[in-house]
Amino acid sequence: MNLLLHSPILAIAIPLLCGLATPLISKFGKNVRDLWVTLGLLFTEFLVLILTYDVISNGIRIYTLGAKFPAEVVLTANFVPIRIILELDAFSVVMALTSVSISLIAFIYSLKFIKEGTAKIRYYTLFLLLVAAMVGLVFTGDLFSMFVFLELLSISSAALVAFYFHKGESLEAAFKYIVFSAVGALMVLLAIGLIYGQYGMLNIAALANVLKFSFSDKVALVLLIVAFAMKCGIVPLHMWVSDAYGEAPAPISAVLVVASQASLYVLFRISFTLFGGLPTIGIVAWFIIILGILSMVIGVSMAIIQNDIKRLIAYNAVSQVGYMLLGLGVGLAVIKNVTALNSFGLVAMEGGIFHIINDAIIMSLLFLTAGVIIYKTGTKKMDEMSGLAYEMPFTMVLFLIGALALAGLPPFNGFVSKLLIYESTFRFNPLLAIIAILVSILTLASFVKIFYSAFTGPRLREYNKVRDTPKTMLVAMLILALLTLLFGLFPNMVIDNLISPAAHALINQLKYVGGVL
Amino acid sequence: MGSSVNLFLISLGYRSGGVAPIFTNAPKLKMVLPTPQALTLTNIVIDLAIVAFMLSLVILIYKRYGSLDVRDGRLKG
Repeated sequence: MNLLLHSPILAIAIPLLCGLATPLISKFGKNVRDLWVTLGLLFTEFLVLILTYDVISNGIRIYTLGAKFPAEVVLTANFVPIRIILELDAFSVVMALTSVSISLIAFIYSLKFIKEGTAKIRYYTLFLLLVAAMVGLVFTGDLFSMFVFLELLSISSAALVAFYFHKGESLEAAFKYIVFSAVGALMVLLAIGLIYGQYGMLNIAALANVLKFSFSDKVALVLLIVAFAMKCGIVPLHMWVSDAYGEAPAPISAVLVVASQASLYVLFRISFTLFGGLPTIGIVAWFIIILGILSMVIGVSMAIIQNDIKRLIAYNAVSQVGYMLLGLGVGLAVIKNVTALNSFGLVAMEGGIFHIINDAIIMSLLFLTAGVIIYKTGTKKMDEMSGLAYEMPFTMVLFLIGALALAGLPPFNGFVSKLLIYESTFRFNPLLAIIAILVSILTLASFVKIFYSAFTGPRLREYNKVRDTPKTMLVAMLILALLTLLFGLFPNMVIDNLISPAAHALINQLKYVGGVL
Repeated sequence: MGSSVNLFLISLGYRSGGVAPIFTNAPKLKMVLPTPQALTLTNIVIDLAIVAFMLSLVILIYKRYGSLDVRDGRLKG
C-alpha cells in the first residue's frame, strides 16, 4: 500500500479512530493508554509532515474518497466531479502542520496537567476528535464535508471547554460556545443549500469555476463569512472567546487557538478561492480589514482591564486574529491589481500567514505558562499572586519570551511577521499600519501588567508548599519557546519554504480549480 | 431553526411527482435529488448530537446553581 497516496485520508482517520478506541485501550492500564494516544498523534504528525513536503515540492494533491485511483478525480459525463474530494494545496498543509504540531505539544503538556481519573479518558478521546476535525476542516475540498467537520470541531471543543464540569463558569462558557457554534453552523448549512440549489454541486474548486455571483450567491457569501468570523472570534462576535479560552484547561486553550485558526483558514479559502472572482471583492476585503482593525483595538483594550490571567491572554488572542485578517485582507483588496499585488499585497499575505503560525506558537506558550501558574498557585486572579519569580524563574523566562514575541519585539518570531504586516499595510493605507503598531504597544502594556502583579512583588508565604512543575509540562513549553526564537532568528527559512508557497497557493485560484477539473 | 434549514434543503431537491431515490428496484420515473436528502439526514443526526449536548450542559448548570434563571445574578450569561 502506498502510504503517501492514502495519507490525506489517513491524517483524518487515524486521530478519529484512535480517539474512539481510547476508552477501550484504557482498560489495559494508563501507560498503555498514554502510549496509544502518543503513537496516534505522532503518526498523524508524520503523515502531515510527508504531505507538507510532497505538496510544497510537487503541487496540489487530490484524494477522492472511495475511488479506484484516489489521486484522480471521478468526473461525470458533464464534467461534474462526484464523491467527496480532499484537496490539499500549500496553504492547507501549512495550516494542518501548525494545528497538529500544536496539538502534539499541548498533548505532551496535558500528560501530567490533567489529573488522573476516568475523566482523563474522555479528555483524550475528545482531544483526538478535535485534532481529526481540524485536519479535516483544512484538507476538505467539499463544502458539505466542511460543514460536518465544523460541527465535529464545535461539539468536541465545547465538551472540552466544559471539562471542569464541577465549576459553574466553565459550564456556562461551554453553553455559550455551543449556542454560538450551532447557530453559526446552521447559517453555513443554509449558505451551502443556497449554493447547491443553483449549481447542483458542492466541490469548492468546481463551484469556483461556474459561480455566477447572483444575488443568492452573495447572500451565501455573507452567511459563510459571518459564521466563520464568529468561529474565529472576531469582534463583534467575540463574546464566547474570553469565556471559552478562560475556562478551558490550559492545553485546551492552546488547541482552541489553532482550532479557531482552522476556521480562519476556511474563511480565507472561501473569500479567496470560492469568491475570488467576485467583481466587488474589494468591498468584501475592506469589510474583513475593518473587522480586523475592530478586533485588534477592542480585543486589546478589553485585555488591559482584565484581572483573570487567562481571560487577559484570551482577549489578546482576539486582538491577534485582527492582525491576520489585516494582512490577508490587504492581499484580498489588491488581488485584481497585479502591480500592487506584487509590490506589497503578497508581502501582506505572507505576513498574515506567518502570523497565523507565530500566533499559534506564542499563544500556546502563553496559555501553557498561565496553566503552570494556575497549576502551582491554584488561583487565576492576578491580584492574589505575588513574587512568583522566586518560585519559578524558569516559567518567568518562558512567559517573558512569549509576551515579548507577541508584542512584536526582536529577536522573536512575532517581530518578523508583524514587520511584514506593518510594511505592506503602510503602503496600502498608512492609517491601518499606525493602528496596528499602537495595538502592539497596548499588547505589551497588558503583559507588563501580568508580569508585575504575578512575578514581581513580595514573596508570599503560602507558596512555600507549591507543587513542583512536572517535566513533561516544562518540555512542552521549552519546545514552543525554542520555536519562537528559531523562527525569529531564521525567518527566511520558514518564509521561503512554507509561507511563500502558501501565499501563492491562496492567490492562484485557477490552480486550485485546475487541480480538480 | 434546524428544522427550517432541513425543510429548505429537502424542498431544494424536490421534483413534483418524484419517487424516493433508491436505485436498486425503483421504477424508472422521475426521482427527487438524492444529495439534499443525504445532507438533511446528516444534519438531523448532527442536530440531535448538539441538542443532547446542550441539554446535558443545562442539566449540569441546574445541578450546580439550582436555577436556570439568568436574572438570578449568579449566572453570568
